[in-house]
Amino acid sequence: MKARIKFRKYGALRFIGHLDVMRFFQKVMRRADIPIAFTGGYSPHMIMSFASPLGIGLSSDGEYFDIELTEPIDSEDAVRRMNEACVEGIEVVSIRQIADEKKMTGMTILAGADYLINIKQGVLSDGWQERFHMFMEQPEIRIVKQTKRSEKKVDIRPMIWKWEIRGDRIFLQVASGSAQNLKPDLVMEAFVRFLDEKKDKTATVDRKAPRAEDFGYHRLEMYADMGVDGKRKLVTLESMGKEMRRAE
Amino acid sequence: MRKLALNDEILLNIEKPARYIGNEVNSVMKDKNQVDIRFCMCFPDVYEIGMSHLGIQILYDMFNRREDVWCERVYSPWQDLDQVMRDENIPLFALESQDPIRNFDFLGITIQFEMCYTNILQILDLSHIPLHAVDRTEADPIVIGGGPCAYNPEPLAEFFDIFYIGEGETVYDQLLDLYKEWKKSGQSRIQFLEQAAEIPGLYVPIFYDAAYNEDGTLKSFTPNNIHAPARVKKQVVTEVTEAPYPMSPVVPFIKATQDRVVLEIQRGCIRGCRFCQAGMIYRPTRERNVDKLKEYARTMLENTGHEEISLSSLSSSDYSELKELVLFLIDAFRDKGINISLPSLRIDAFSLDVMSKVQDVRKSSLTFAPEAGSQRMRDVINKGLTEDDILEGAGQAFEGGWTKVKLYFMLGLPTETEEDMKEIARLSDRVARRYYEIPKEQRHGKCQITASSSFFVPKPFTPFQWAPMYTADEYVRRAAVVKSEFQEQLNRKSLKYNWHDAETTVLEGVMARGDRRVGKVIEEAYRLGCLFDSWTESFHNERWMKAFENTGIDIAFYNLRERTEDELFPWDFIDIGVSRKFLRREWDRAMEGQITPNCRMHCSGCGAASFGGGVCYESKN
Repeated sequence: MKARIKFRKYGALRFIGHLDVMRFFQKVMRRADIPIAFTGGYSPHMIMSFASPLGIGLSSDGEYFDIELTEPIDSEDAVRRMNEACVEGIEVVSIRQIADEKKMTGMTILAGADYLINIKQGVLSDGWQERFHMFMEQPEIRIVKQTKRSEKKVDIRPMIWKWEIRGDRIFLQVASGSAQNLKPDLVMEAFVRFLDEKKDKTATVDRKAPRAEDFGYHRLEMYADMGVDGKRKLVTLESMGKEMRRAE
Repeated sequence: MRKLALNDEILLNIEKPARYIGNEVNSVMKDKNQVDIRFCMCFPDVYEIGMSHLGIQILYDMFNRREDVWCERVYSPWQDLDQVMRDENIPLFALESQDPIRNFDFLGITIQFEMCYTNILQILDLSHIPLHAVDRTEADPIVIGGGPCAYNPEPLAEFFDIFYIGEGETVYDQLLDLYKEWKKSGQSRIQFLEQAAEIPGLYVPIFYDAAYNEDGTLKSFTPNNIHAPARVKKQVVTEVTEAPYPMSPVVPFIKATQDRVVLEIQRGCIRGCRFCQAGMIYRPTRERNVDKLKEYARTMLENTGHEEISLSSLSSSDYSELKELVLFLIDAFRDKGINISLPSLRIDAFSLDVMSKVQDVRKSSLTFAPEAGSQRMRDVINKGLTEDDILEGAGQAFEGGWTKVKLYFMLGLPTETEEDMKEIARLSDRVARRYYEIPKEQRHGKCQITASSSFFVPKPFTPFQWAPMYTADEYVRRAAVVKSEFQEQLNRKSLKYNWHDAETTVLEGVMARGDRRVGKVIEEAYRLGCLFDSWTESFHNERWMKAFENTGIDIAFYNLRERTEDELFPWDFIDIGVSRKFLRREWDRAMEGQITPNCRMHCSGCGAASFGGGVCYESKN
């Protein structure tokens, strides 16, 4: 049977990269004695797949990975055991049973994600909020996307589904996953370039390209798209699973 | 939440920021206001190397068991962070509390190899601790060194307050108790060091004077303080089974070189190879109880979540309960997805059988360490391995399905001739021939024999401590002799030959057998920018050569002469239990090509029996 684990990542643990988080959770599974299934062969490894890697420096309230269990467990008990095996900076939120079909893994069905972007003091000068409105009101936002082999121009505006200024922060809901994927730092890069092009002296950063540390990125949640006929209907990856109760 | 010493901007712009944030599973947090002593343990190399070291894990655990001590860790900041810390004047900090090391009571540095010496100076420098012990005040931590290189501490003497000679489990408690008392007393730093010098095994360099003869050799080495003993005796744990062992070692986030549970099955080695320092300084051989080890394995795997367990010792095959232990590990953990790694095993029917159970035969390679190509040379170094043993072992391995073999050799050994060098290639070829004796339809394609040679560096407290070394050019020439002989071999297409760098060999030689004066070169090299010298990409031989030139220290004096039988060595004031007389007898036997039986076959009276335990008393129990 399959189960989906949701966890948070914050504080010093932001500096642990994706591969190391995977290794960390493999060890958590052993320390917490979670009955996880292994692949066969000479070097068996745990059946574990992450919905979407989180870059170094980012914090998150909504990270996911799916595992295969060899026997049923109790969700509440398992969450407690896993958290006892974790350190400050990683907290397991839930473990829920999910459908067994392959096409339902977090990685496959991931469609969108919410981010909160923290504008650190002094990075943008006053009035940046209005400029961001102008930026988002453009009919299209073209950026150059680097791939391994080539560069291509893409319009990222359609990939930004929702946006909102929340005080010193920007909330973004963007396309995420295998079909379309937009990272929030690309949006901020485009915004800074927009300010530069406008030669806007009242609202510009003093550097040509903003660096990752200028903005704090926080992932809030990840979604699957359960809509039909091209109508988007986002549901959190967590809500697709159900709590497991130990049989009495 | 803990506040990190480095800000986000720095952490996001350096390689592997996880090296510097601490907070790993099983790392120990305490309230600094509730402890009397803050100890920072340092491995002067990058995090991934340092975190792989068992000794620090043992002491870290042992210190933190004490309520009055908080032991933390620090490793060398990599080049990128080193620059940032200098530019921004950020003091070096401990991983756990992220507090500056300068505010600690102790900075303990393990000294595992010679090429880390400039990194030691980096640690002191970045911590804003004066490099020289004489310049430190009551406000500075006590800088204490230990580990194998502390057996000739003289090149580093100026930089340390204390060296701990021997195994850490023995007198550290005494030292910490003493420190607590001293801290309350308001006495001077010197008064503390005087009392520390009275603890067996502790060497306080400022209390000794070295005088030299006209030819540069050591004339005398004498205490200048009544609290300092003339000889410092190595400390050993007699009953290793009773010694503390970390049941919850720290688990790094990033992949360390040694990313597994390590079970130390024994200390010391019965073999007595004449080039091997570990084989002498860790005498006598002492085994841990097998039932205890089984229990440790289970607990440590549970507490760490590691997916691999490895045995640690100088020669695992000599552990008397090896079979029982290995079969237990396979039985108990193999089907839980735990890898079992068995290094330093002699290749025989048993080891091949267990290895075929724990690894993929087709992918893995088998390792032999003949150390020398000819039987004559192997007798000189007392490597009790015959060509028959090697060919027999390799043959069995090939028949068991292995196709890859690694062979380790040394070049530049005492009495080595051109013939001895060439035999390295020829022996490798004979191993390959053994493979092609197997009928074609039964073997799996070609075999791959990889021979590697390092250049021999004579070490203190070995029978070869009198031996001369060679120049870098001569080492390269010897490697070339071997290389060209490889090209003459029948199976040359199945053979590969690598050799170690000659320039670092020369430096290792100077550090290994150097005296106090060598400290100047290390400091000058550091000033000229030498750091991470054991990393090929950051090793700058020309800076080292400049440092020798600037300080007037002569490499030839330390490396190229054969020392006379009665020469006083800088390390002679240390008593390792093994007598100088025994070492000299072994040197003489080496010159005659005579082998000496191992400790279990026949006691050679080396002197280690004075510790009252281990293999010396096995048959008498």
